[in-house]
Amino acid sequence: MTLIDHPVHAPAATNVETMTMAAALNRALADAMVADESVLMFGEDVGALGGVFRITDGLTARFGEKRCFDTPLAESGIMGFAVGLAMNGMRPVVEMQFDAFAYPAFEQVVSHVAKLGNRTRGALRMPIVIRVPFGGGIGGVEHHCDSSEAYYAHTPGLTVVCPATPQDAYSMLRAAIESPDPVVFLEPKKLYWSKGPVDTSVREALGRARTVRDGSDVTLISYGSSVQIALDAAAVAETEGKSVRVVDVRTLTPCDDDTIFAAVRATGRAVVVAEAAGFASVAAELVARIQENCFSFLEAPVLRVTGFDVPFAPPKLEKYYLPDVDRVLDAIDALGWES
Amino acid sequence: MQLIDETGTTHADDTYAMPSNERLVAAYRALVNGRRLNDQCSALVRQGRLAVYPSSHGQEACQVAASLVLSENDWLFPTYRDTVAIVNRGVTPEEALVLLRGDWHSGYDPKHTRVAPQATPLATQLLHAVGLAHAATLRGEDTVVMALCGDGATSEGDFHEALNFAAVFMVPVVFFVQNNEFAISVPLAKQTHAPSLAHKAIGYGMPGQRVDGNDVAAVMAVLDEAVERARGGGGPSLVEAHTYRMQAHTNADDDTRYRERDEVKAWVERDPLTRMRAYLSAAGAWSAEDDSALAAEAETMASALRDALNREVEVDPEDLFRYVYASRPAHLDRQWNKLKDELERTAAFEATGAAGGGTTESGTKEQKS
Ligand SMILES: Cc1ncc(C[n+]2csc(CCOP(=O)(O)OP(=O)(O)O)c2C)c(N)n1
Repeated sequence: MTLIDHPVHAPAATNVETMTMAAALNRALADAMVADESVLMFGEDVGALGGVFRITDGLTARFGEKRCFDTPLAESGIMGFAVGLAMNGMRPVVEMQFDAFAYPAFEQVVSHVAKLGNRTRGALRMPIVIRVPFGGGIGGVEHHCDSSEAYYAHTPGLTVVCPATPQDAYSMLRAAIESPDPVVFLEPKKLYWSKGPVDTSVREALGRARTVRDGSDVTLISYGSSVQIALDAAAVAETEGKSVRVVDVRTLTPCDDDTIFAAVRATGRAVVVAEAAGFASVAAELVARIQENCFSFLEAPVLRVTGFDVPFAPPKLEKYYLPDVDRVLDAIDALGWES
Repeated sequence: MQLIDETGTTHADDTYAMPSNERLVAAYRALVNGRRLNDQCSALVRQGRLAVYPSSHGQEACQVAASLVLSENDWLFPTYRDTVAIVNRGVTPEEALVLLRGDWHSGYDPKHTRVAPQATPLATQLLHAVGLAHAATLRGEDTVVMALCGDGATSEGDFHEALNFAAVFMVPVVFFVQNNEFAISVPLAKQTHAPSLAHKAIGYGMPGQRVDGNDVAAVMAVLDEAVERARGGGGPSLVEAHTYRMQAHTNADDDTRYRERDEVKAWVERDPLTRMRAYLSAAGAWSAEDDSALAAEAETMASALRDALNREVEVDPEDLFRYVYASRPAHLDRQWNKLKDELERTAAFEATGAAGGGTTESGTKEQKS
């Protein structure tokens, strides 16, 4: 087992296989269930159907109905049930079918899941993983594309993570399930079918960002499906003579200030890219932290490229809503290069 | 409760009278049109003209009855699956499908049509229905509210809160549960341990009735009674219609993973259309000529719908900002100007085919303001 800071793209290990992010998540669940009998997986349609995104495919067949099962259709019920299970020694992993359908569970998440450890001075830990397929870019109709990370990230007591590669999906889900604290595990729907190498022997500590691309002129900071947009923008900017570093935040809270600040200090310029509405967002928080901690290193204000402050767009308007490469390039261009 | 069985034979009921032949003929026409609409929409999904369509094929008797028992002042609170009910209530098929085509989050004016926006988050609309009905009472309006949901939705907290509110405030609401036996892949047995969903009414202090959901006469009779009670100040009631979802949850769902083909086939025998046709023709209220006239009517509707959906719709990007607040705040003006600038630059770039392009001014201004 290796703990690595910056997983390289194709680790030269024996356990490497190319798979989709969906398959990596499925593998992580199965491996975690083998490793620990107390891991239970439940939610809506996770049994016979294998989840609407097939992330739990085959788990009921393999581990039985006691380990992976369908619940009545009630998110608050699912969440509160998980709290009780966790109180009595289980490690529940729950699936919320879509971002915007997790809201009925919000009361349980913010009032109990996030607080019980603190309230009981550590006597009751909540080792619960809340898996949430999230974000847009898939042409989904209303309520199927929300970016809900800020609601969770704003809640002390929760760890909020968001993988951008199959490797991270695997390693971070394993780490989330092993975590003694509740983890909101945001799965970018748009990336479910993206493929990449997965080394199942790689373990990842939560709370660490990852430098995906090195560069010296500007840092793009991103997470989830926006990481690819940042990388694409970086490649274009390179052809225009700018060397762009890309940091994948991975854990939104607690966030890895060290990696982010080091990158910004080295490049002097930064843009945060995320698809959630910008106001009071995780992107806003990242900009504020950078501004507070890296001010004397900055050549220009830190900018952010986010969704507009409007409800997520219907499919036909999605392309106007979502941040894209051009928007990121515009922001890079605006970083006071003349001075 | 059943009035007409699978063979078209009638069964008298002490409490519920058979609706008039005139109403049943209207219901039958709506059934056939509704079936055509469902099947046309499923085809439009395959052709990429609709993002998604949750078909109510097999459930048309519920859809039709829910709309036919209402008067003009009444309201309908539908879910994503209730397109046929909405259309039968007077919304045009194209307007009803705007949501599923993906151009906007709802395609009709609820106040004008007295049809609430189709609800996707389950059971949430039931509380809205109760609130609206209570407002109608406060305002002295003669309005009954028909609130629809599925069997799965009865597990949500909002369902229970809605029933409780409705009973406590004695509002004129009919909760109409279309029990089609599945919530995506989850069968009713995993949803509830109650003897029936209609039983749930008891605990809240309102009447509950279970009805054969594929018998449009019976569904109408039961809903008629519930609507009448609500209108007369008798408060809310719960009606559970037992029906079956003949097709997958949506086109994105694979129902072979969770149910046997034989089970689906068995329900073909209980089709709501065949039995009503058999009944009406035995009663001398329906003929073969009527069949062809109705088939032509359904075909005209379907082909108009095809034409409408085959037209490319022009979506307006400014719509993103237009309706978020009653009047557009300055920050959304700025965001729209930024997007407009982007779009103009893209258009100019595409027009000239030139490389590069793109000023950075507006981006800078937006971020600094
Ligand atoms: C609050 C909420 N949770 C989950 C979903 C996802 N979802 C959409 S439809 C559905 C099944 C609903 O079943 P049922 O209420 O029986 O209605 P039917 O689709 O059978 O008409 C689920 C789980 C949702 N729309 N809303």
